[in-house]
Amino acid sequence: MLAMNDVQAGYGNVLALQGVSLTIQPGEIVALIGANGAGKSSTLMAISGIVPCRSGQILLKGKSINGLAPDRIVAMGVSQVPEGRRIFADLSVQENLDMGAFLRKDRAGIRQDLDYVFALFPILAKRRHQYGGTLSGGEQQMLSMSRALMARPQLLLLDEPSMGLAPLMIRQIFRIIKEINREHKTTIFLVEQNAHQALRIADRGYVIENGRIILTDRAEKLLANPDVQKAYLGI
Amino acid sequence: MDYFIELFCSGLTRGAIYALIALGYTMVYGIIGLINFAHGEIYMIGAFTSFIVATVLSIYGFPLAAIVVVTGISAAIWSSAYGYTVEKIAYKPLRNAPRLTPLISAIGMSILLQNYVLLAQTSDFLPFPELIPEFAFMEPVAHIIGSSDLVILVTTAISMLLLTLFIKFTRLGKAMRATAQDKTMALLVGINVDRVISATFIVGSLLAAIGGLLIASHIGQINFAIGFIAGIKAFTAAVLGGIGSIPGAVLGSLILGLTESFATGYVSSDYEDVFAFSLLVLILILKPAGLLGRAGTGKV
Ligand SMILES: Nc1ncnc2c1ncn2[C@@H]1O[C@H](COP(=O)(O)OP(=O)(O)O)[C@@H](O)[C@H]1O
Ligand SMILES: [Mg+2]
Repeated sequence: MLAMNDVQAGYGNVLALQGVSLTIQPGEIVALIGANGAGKSSTLMAISGIVPCRSGQILLKGKSINGLAPDRIVAMGVSQVPEGRRIFADLSVQENLDMGAFLRKDRAGIRQDLDYVFALFPILAKRRHQYGGTLSGGEQQMLSMSRALMARPQLLLLDEPSMGLAPLMIRQIFRIIKEINREHKTTIFLVEQNAHQALRIADRGYVIENGRIILTDRAEKLLANPDVQKAYLGI
Repeated sequence: MDYFIELFCSGLTRGAIYALIALGYTMVYGIIGLINFAHGEIYMIGAFTSFIVATVLSIYGFPLAAIVVVTGISAAIWSSAYGYTVEKIAYKPLRNAPRLTPLISAIGMSILLQNYVLLAQTSDFLPFPELIPEFAFMEPVAHIIGSSDLVILVTTAISMLLLTLFIKFTRLGKAMRATAQDKTMALLVGINVDRVISATFIVGSLLAAIGGLLIASHIGQINFAIGFIAGIKAFTAAVLGGIGSIPGAVLGSLILGLTESFATGYVSSDYEDVFAFSLLVLILILKPAGLLGRAGTGKV
């Protein structure tokens, strides 16, 4: 589905990614874990075409997407739930969802997906005509995920979906991520500081440090790895 | 009492024209955070295009209704083309530059367009053909409100209504609001932000062109500098109402128009600008974000 080959990317004279290589197979859940500032968000922003790739290559379904405009990458089936959720605060819940389906023309399919996200998160149906900015943190996370799903993505990028949420809400969010992956065969790339939860639902994981991938393995192996336990699992 | 109502009506007319121009300032500011100083010139170009088309059509003796329609459409197209081009050549390349840079580019565009029209046309005031007839049904109230005031108010009201519906309900209108709130997120849902920005300049220019046509036929003469003064007034109105806010631009324009009208009528026309700018200073001291503006992120 996705391959990054020795990707370097950054902002001004900050090189946030110093040669990141990874692959994601179709239908997988892959976790990317790492400390604050390690380059997790930059990795997702590079895939979405927001942060330009300075060297190396990003392949989506075998095709290079280097230098492609962000809207073309969305059109190729990649949606992102960014860090901090980034809800359009002055748009209603419904309008936020409309924006998620911005590039789609198939009205029947859009309606069907709307029913689907309202079934996943019934509270959003109740808040449909409220402004996005009036939702609670958990509701905003649900809306941000729903907005991304409205594009009917093949690859869903999730940036710290558990950040700032109560434990009960975190469990619900991770359960739904797993469900989306199972029912729709949506490939998921999950960025988390909450490494334990992420690795429990993931198939494989990568560990990033200072803009470089330092370790990769099956998720259950990473959970059992003493170095990972010490650095990221607080054990 | 009649005098008061007359001043009130002429104040509303002024305010309506300011609003048509102020909307362009506020929409552009809302979406890219730039004070587009060349916007007054887009309005002036609308007036000049109207002048040329209307004069030529009058000479050939076309019926008035046909002249008004063709003139309006030509002005809208021509002004939009200028607005679109100005953004593409003077602002887009500076999208990631420090904030002051595109501002200076905007002032440069304003001076360039004024002098271009000055050289290509003339520095004289040109007589604008009368496009709005005196309606018979307006006769009983003609001493209070003129036919052209009525046309300006109705046209402006319709334009505002259409703009509101456009922003609120269309796909592009929603994309404009989304882009104004968070450009990166707009990109992440697949909005072509460059195209939305271009569309914003086109809509703003279109409204300014309508303003240019209306004011030119109301006052009856135009020259290359009218955009500068009207631009500053409309900009003042936009700031008054809260730059970035669409209802704010309309409210600010009406308040400014009425203030000027009453100041002119009861004090002296020498003081119209003094009152207008004193009002601005006063409101900015009491409410720095403007009447309907919000401090912080909320725009459009
Ligand atoms: N917009 C930005 N401008 C400049 N530097 C940035 C920007 N965003 C992130 N960085 C830097 O890039 C590095 C990686 O950041 P990021 O990808 O956000 O890490 P993470 O998501 O793992 O916390 C950090 O050193 C951070 O300071
Ligand atoms: Mg991050």
